[in-house]
Amino acid sequence: MTMTSLEKYKYDVVVIGAGGAGLRAAVEAREAGLSVAIVCKSLFGKAHTVMAEGGAAASMGNVNDNDNWQVHFRDTMRGGKFLNHYRMAELHAKESPDRIWELEMWGALFDRTKEGKISQRNFGGHEYPRLAHVGDRTGLELIRTMQQRIVALQQQDAKDHGSSESHIKVFAELTITEILKENGKIAGAYGYWRENGNEVLFEAPAVIIATGGVGKTFKITSNSWEGTGDGHALALKAGANLVDMEFLQFHPTGMVWPPSVRGILVTESVRGEGGILTNSLGERFMFKYIPEVFKDKYADNEAEADRWYLDQDNNRRPPELLPRDEVSRAINSEVKAGRGTEHGGVYLDVSKRLSAEVIKKRLPSMWHQFYELAGVDITKEAMEVGPTCHYVMGGVEVEPDNAAAIGVPGLFAAGEVAGGMHGSNRLGGNSLSDLLVFGRRAGMGAVAYVKNNPTATVSEKAISDAAARIEAPFSRAGGENSYSLHAELQEVTHNLVGIIRTGKEVEEAIEKIATIRARSANVAVAGDRKFNPGFHLAFDLDNMLLVAESTAKSALLREESRGGHTRDDFPGMSSKWRQINHISSFDGNKVNIKAQPLPAIPKELFDLFDVHELEKYMTPEEIAKGGSN
Amino acid sequence: MARKLKLRIWRGDATDGGLKNVEVDVNEGEVVLDVIHRVQATQMGDLAVRWNCKAGKCGSCSMEINGKPRLACMTQVASFPEGEEITITPLRAFPVIKDLVTDVSFNYRKAMEIPSYEHPKDLAPGAARMQQVDVERSQEFRKCIECFLCQDVCHVVRDHEENKKSFAGPRFFIRIAELDMHPLDILKNRKQKAQEEHGLGMCNITKCCTEVCPEHIRITDNAIIPMKERVVDVKYDPVRWLGSKIRKREGIV
Repeated sequence: MTMTSLEKYKYDVVVIGAGGAGLRAAVEAREAGLSVAIVCKSLFGKAHTVMAEGGAAASMGNVNDNDNWQVHFRDTMRGGKFLNHYRMAELHAKESPDRIWELEMWGALFDRTKEGKISQRNFGGHEYPRLAHVGDRTGLELIRTMQQRIVALQQQDAKDHGSSESHIKVFAELTITEILKENGKIAGAYGYWRENGNEVLFEAPAVIIATGGVGKTFKITSNSWEGTGDGHALALKAGANLVDMEFLQFHPTGMVWPPSVRGILVTESVRGEGGILTNSLGERFMFKYIPEVFKDKYADNEAEADRWYLDQDNNRRPPELLPRDEVSRAINSEVKAGRGTEHGGVYLDVSKRLSAEVIKKRLPSMWHQFYELAGVDITKEAMEVGPTCHYVMGGVEVEPDNAAAIGVPGLFAAGEVAGGMHGSNRLGGNSLSDLLVFGRRAGMGAVAYVKNNPTATVSEKAISDAAARIEAPFSRAGGENSYSLHAELQEVTHNLVGIIRTGKEVEEAIEKIATIRARSANVAVAGDRKFNPGFHLAFDLDNMLLVAESTAKSALLREESRGGHTRDDFPGMSSKWRQINHISSFDGNKVNIKAQPLPAIPKELFDLFDVHELEKYMTPEEIAKGGSN
Repeated sequence: MARKLKLRIWRGDATDGGLKNVEVDVNEGEVVLDVIHRVQATQMGDLAVRWNCKAGKCGSCSMEINGKPRLACMTQVASFPEGEEITITPLRAFPVIKDLVTDVSFNYRKAMEIPSYEHPKDLAPGAARMQQVDVERSQEFRKCIECFLCQDVCHVVRDHEENKKSFAGPRFFIRIAELDMHPLDILKNRKQKAQEEHGLGMCNITKCCTEVCPEHIRITDNAIIPMKERVVDVKYDPVRWLGSKIRKREGIV
């Protein structure tokens, strides 16, 4: 193996991940005058954010002026079954309208209302039409706007400083394998160019992790190859904590047929625009699955549900628009009871309510996707859909106001990789707004931190250790195949830590994950360092194994069912468990979990709710206290 | 259920390479990217290919399949006659890095050359009012997933490396058109610059770009031709030419 010389860079901030959160953080740090490296595994502009379809939730009140941040806050907490960090949900609800308007100032073109304002659509769990959108490709609009904002700043730098890369440089197709610390603080990051395997050292006092999710840990997922939990694992290894990793969102509507497209997302907008779910008997089954806590908000009969599309003030919402965890479990139950479709899903039909022309206009990429990949014309026929692993609510434990990772000075995390904001279940549309709100805050956090913390020099030892780890897979002959181990891991998580869990199965999963992890230490890679996917997967695999261990261990401890964590052996939701966060940490060998009290909601936010609603979630002692002060 | 499929995959790098024959299982409903992944997992662990979403939304898995620029994730194996070999090669207009991965940095350099969106100085956040019908023209172009298939197929640069310097390509003509038609953008001269600096005039509207666009953007009809017409309009209409001189307007309205 030819050893190449090490490339070295110095920046104020290294942002890992070029999705919505990473780019928003980079803009914030640059505008404050810092130098920023944006590092991403793919080409610039390909991040998983492009997959977001439905929209970005923000209580602008453009369609229904009863909306405001308090209503959005309440919906978010309900959706998360009150396990959310209240402060994150509060900041998110308050700031998301400004973040959407800011995108418009940067050139984004959202769909419009008749008055010419940004249009907003209905979505599961949101009381009012709240999602700013562009057809069903909102994520693409967001990523492109941010990407073009970066280009605009670089053009300005070219004018002012003589080089477009004087303050922001995008390092595309570069994998970070290690976050480096000196004297307990962040000192930089280490990685390699995917194109040629050459190693790169970044020295920087602040690192912002914005790496997205973990979906590729599972077999059926809506996530792209990049969703391998890199940031989760890098943070754990750097000494940060993960919070509540047992909560995974299975989006209720992924494609189920043909097998090669299984898991690809079917946007919730299909239901927001009037799509209904039926089983093989033709029953609109969601009416049977409205949980007690949502009974006053959702229609229990078809007539009222249908009227809601025309008159939202005097009717309750159709149950197809319940939060995602509820709909996923309902679909799962129908299929288990033998009322599923030929290919193990249920039917989702929008053709009966909307004309072909309207469907093609409002749901263009869904039409395209089904027509090209499944041979189904959704303007005439029903789609077959079923749950798919979509989003991880758990993530790096952060300070809400500045996105600083707890326990590691100089480390920040924003977007899907951060935990707490969504509690046990995320509402659709709250992800794109989360990226913007907390991407910006992570940028601000890094700016404040860098002011008082100069760059530390990374030690030779840290560099040689990181380099040795990258070289290792090439030095093993006849070892394990990373592709096969990945497939085995996906089977284990899918079968044993999936949408419905039991203690026994999760225990089995923990053992199996440990076995795969032991074998992964012996992964051997064929070929050389030049754009070698087998080599790349070896690092992704390592990350996924750590994430899966954290998820399984947290899932075993939580003896209740809530949001994205359903235990067949503990089917009820428990007020006592609501007071607990599960904190994962890594001791160099294994992931350890500890229970930590959830921060109590302060009085002014407590008082935004009807106390009878809170009684469904909180203990009598908490209710009596009436919020912390 | 699985049948055997014969593939010829180009393998190599900038220095050397050629087509390699492979036989691989294929199942009902699979796309070309599925079989490439199977080859990777079972026979060629280091086969280089870009991909991300596998749903036609990110534009990463661009390659040439039987000589035609396509997204591998949106190309059904069943669309080719059974028993026929499928040939998979990297994009021809860009330098090969390895196997099916090419160096597309040309496109990012061109993106940097196009002046960014600029809104009126006094526009306050949340104050913009635009009609749906007015945003739709630009929205069509903002559907672009930057797969660069249009850049790859365009004969102005496909076999003419020397034209790359002065030609931005269809992807960036729609970017300019998008900004030009953006209801809030105030920068003048976009069309004229497209002509003078980005090589709009080199396009002779063969519509190859429109044909390969996986997003079905009508690149030629809705972006290139309208811009060409307006540029010509002003250039050859003596009254408008004079008017623009007398009033010292910078832009072409």
